[in-house]
Amino acid sequence: MAAVQETVDQVRRIDVDQYKYGFVTDIESDRAPKGLSEDIVRYISARKNEPEWMLEWRLDAYRRWLTMNEPTWARVHYPKIDFDDLYYYSAPKSTKGPKSLDEVDPELLATYEKLGIPLREREILAGVEGASDRRVAVDAVFDSVSVVTTFKEELKKAGVIFCSMSEAVREYPELVRKYLGSVVPVTDNFYATLNSAVFSDGSFVYVPEGVRCPMELSTYFRINEKNTGQFERTLIIAEKGAYVSYLEGCTAPMRDENQLHAAVVELVALEDAEIKYSTVQNWYPGDKDGKGGIYNFVTKRGDCRGARSKISWTQVETGSAITWKYPSCILRGDDSQGEFYSIAVSNGYQQVDSGTKMIHLGKRTKSRIISKGIAAGRSDNTYRGLVSAHRKASGARNFTNCDSLLIGDKCGAHTVPYIESKNASAVFEHEATTSKIADDQLFYCMQRGLSSEEAVALIVNGFVKDVIQQLPMEFAVEAQKLISISLEGSVG
Amino acid sequence: MLKIKNLHASVGDRQILRGVDLEVPTGEVHAIMGPNGSGKSTLSYVLAGRDGYDITEGEILFDGEEILDKPAEERAALGIFLAFQYPLEIPGVATMTFLKAALNAQRKARGEAELTTPDFMRRVKGAAEKLNVTQEMLRRPLNVGFSGGEKKRNEILQMALLEPKLAILDETDSGLDIDALRVVSDGVNALRSPKRSMLVITHYQRLLDHIVPDVVHVMSAGRIVRSGGPELALELEAKGYADYVGAAA
Ligand SMILES: Nc1ncnc2c1ncn2[C@@H]1O[C@H](COP(=O)(O)OP(=O)(O)O)[C@@H](O)[C@H]1O
Ligand SMILES: [Mg+2]
Repeated sequence: MAAVQETVDQVRRIDVDQYKYGFVTDIESDRAPKGLSEDIVRYISARKNEPEWMLEWRLDAYRRWLTMNEPTWARVHYPKIDFDDLYYYSAPKSTKGPKSLDEVDPELLATYEKLGIPLREREILAGVEGASDRRVAVDAVFDSVSVVTTFKEELKKAGVIFCSMSEAVREYPELVRKYLGSVVPVTDNFYATLNSAVFSDGSFVYVPEGVRCPMELSTYFRINEKNTGQFERTLIIAEKGAYVSYLEGCTAPMRDENQLHAAVVELVALEDAEIKYSTVQNWYPGDKDGKGGIYNFVTKRGDCRGARSKISWTQVETGSAITWKYPSCILRGDDSQGEFYSIAVSNGYQQVDSGTKMIHLGKRTKSRIISKGIAAGRSDNTYRGLVSAHRKASGARNFTNCDSLLIGDKCGAHTVPYIESKNASAVFEHEATTSKIADDQLFYCMQRGLSSEEAVALIVNGFVKDVIQQLPMEFAVEAQKLISISLEGSVG
Repeated sequence: MLKIKNLHASVGDRQILRGVDLEVPTGEVHAIMGPNGSGKSTLSYVLAGRDGYDITEGEILFDGEEILDKPAEERAALGIFLAFQYPLEIPGVATMTFLKAALNAQRKARGEAELTTPDFMRRVKGAAEKLNVTQEMLRRPLNVGFSGGEKKRNEILQMALLEPKLAILDETDSGLDIDALRVVSDGVNALRSPKRSMLVITHYQRLLDHIVPDVVHVMSAGRIVRSGGPELALELEAKGYADYVGAAA
């Protein structure tokens, strides 16, 4: 009895002491106070040991951001974000998370189970406190460390630079200064400007002239090194005749205490270069009532700067409470090509407003847009796309195909295409369909032995096939599985 | 094998089946004929477990077991197959993919191992050849852009692969020219077996020249009003359905 009492007292004492003098001080040194100011921007830059020019760049962005207003044109609704109530810098370890898997949304855990994710990884994905430290301490890590090392060596041999943005700022300042903000200017839009002021980290890729990157570059290899935070910044440059395929994201739903995510991705393709950028985005969409999901406001843009260059975006979006995202291509070089292949799935209370912009500037530029929106539950799914041809873009061509599939009768699908042509020889084609999964189709499948969920998965996979085919093989299989899981419970 | 007793089914306040009594013993082929709108397709849907019908009275026993409370996919796994009057299209899903998904779903439900791809391919190939279903057709999305004849052949192909105990064929002859009718009928006849029962629904007698039934039933206004041997079909062909349409009113 006495022993028990003693233990209790001791724990209480330690707890109080640590709270007062230990952990909190630790956290404070790793996290900037709430809100945004020039001082916070300076703090972020200092924490990253950035050179003076980078700080000036951030400050310039910050000052411009102060003069901007949050856009309201997208078909998404959410409580007003209080930008002074957010943290803009926190070192990876300090983020507060659930203490154990017991505190995590059971729905999320069920999804991990279905995806077959090992227990330890579930903890990391769900943001359980200390989970990623434990991982470093245990077995699996040795494997992945050696994989990463071999991977890096092979890239080095090819002359490809693949590192974090922070490292690039320090190690390759000329490249960063030359290209950062050259596709998405600092003042591009409210969220991009905010990102420019406070970006946390992200990937930097440089593929030299004539080099075909020997493997798919995946964020997986980088994100495990360090949590990139909510304001991710990525820059990919393919020099003349270079080729690179980049995979972003992960099929497992990531939970994150940061509700607002505002990333910026810039791609630059010089003459005859090709960049393929594939994303599987599955952030936490919120619980069954729509609470707690991530707001994802992203600016992704590729610049086909050289003649005959090509950029293609492929995305599978199943997560986030709100998605605001328009991966775009500026077709500047003559004969350059842009592609956008998208699957956006929304269920529950999710809101998706996504699409693309194809800006035809050069002669005989070509673009292709294949968008598949799937709405279930009470979700809203909007495709918003702009195709424009400028005066000099003679012979520009676009083909757009935009299909929506509705599951149930409480969801919505909307298509908002904008077309502008200042050149009479441009040819733009647009096709759009909206369909519902018919009860008869489901019955037909079930009469052959499929359950209603298998039937929906089969019909949906047929619907998205054209886009799935664009994904690298191993991603494609996972993406199909993910789409089925995202739609579970949407019928019957 | 199949016993239907006093089956009543309605949609909303519209009563469609008004006391169907029907028994199909194992190994027999029964035909149901009747005027349009008499409830033949409704009966086939209710047997297969489609949603949307109120079963107000009656029962359906399959191998002695009541199946009315089982969902469609369970009935399929038990061995009930319906060849649709209007087969549905599923864009983007290759016919081959669909066949494999269906076969494996049923095997799984029965606790059998899934087929390996080579094993599956062998079975499909064998069955497809007999029905003039080309490899090219199997690669096309299910029923999308198929001609009427191709759709019906595809239904029989599914039946051949799934090897049901009870096959219900709803107007399988509609939309077929004489050559296609022969191919489809030959396909069906090849599947006749002492272990398999069939319920062949048709408006016209001509199908029954090819698939000769053991028993013919006449359906009118949601009921079986007469049953007899194959000669009953010929009588209906000669006289038409006038008598039965009258009886229904
Ligand atoms: N879902 C439904 N709702 C309302 N009436 C229906 C429905 N399905 C069938 N019916 C009606 O029931 C009757 C029988 O239809 P059906 O079973 O298709 O007949 P058959 O196949 O013998 O031509 C018809 O009058 C038809 O209009
Ligand atoms: Mg009918």
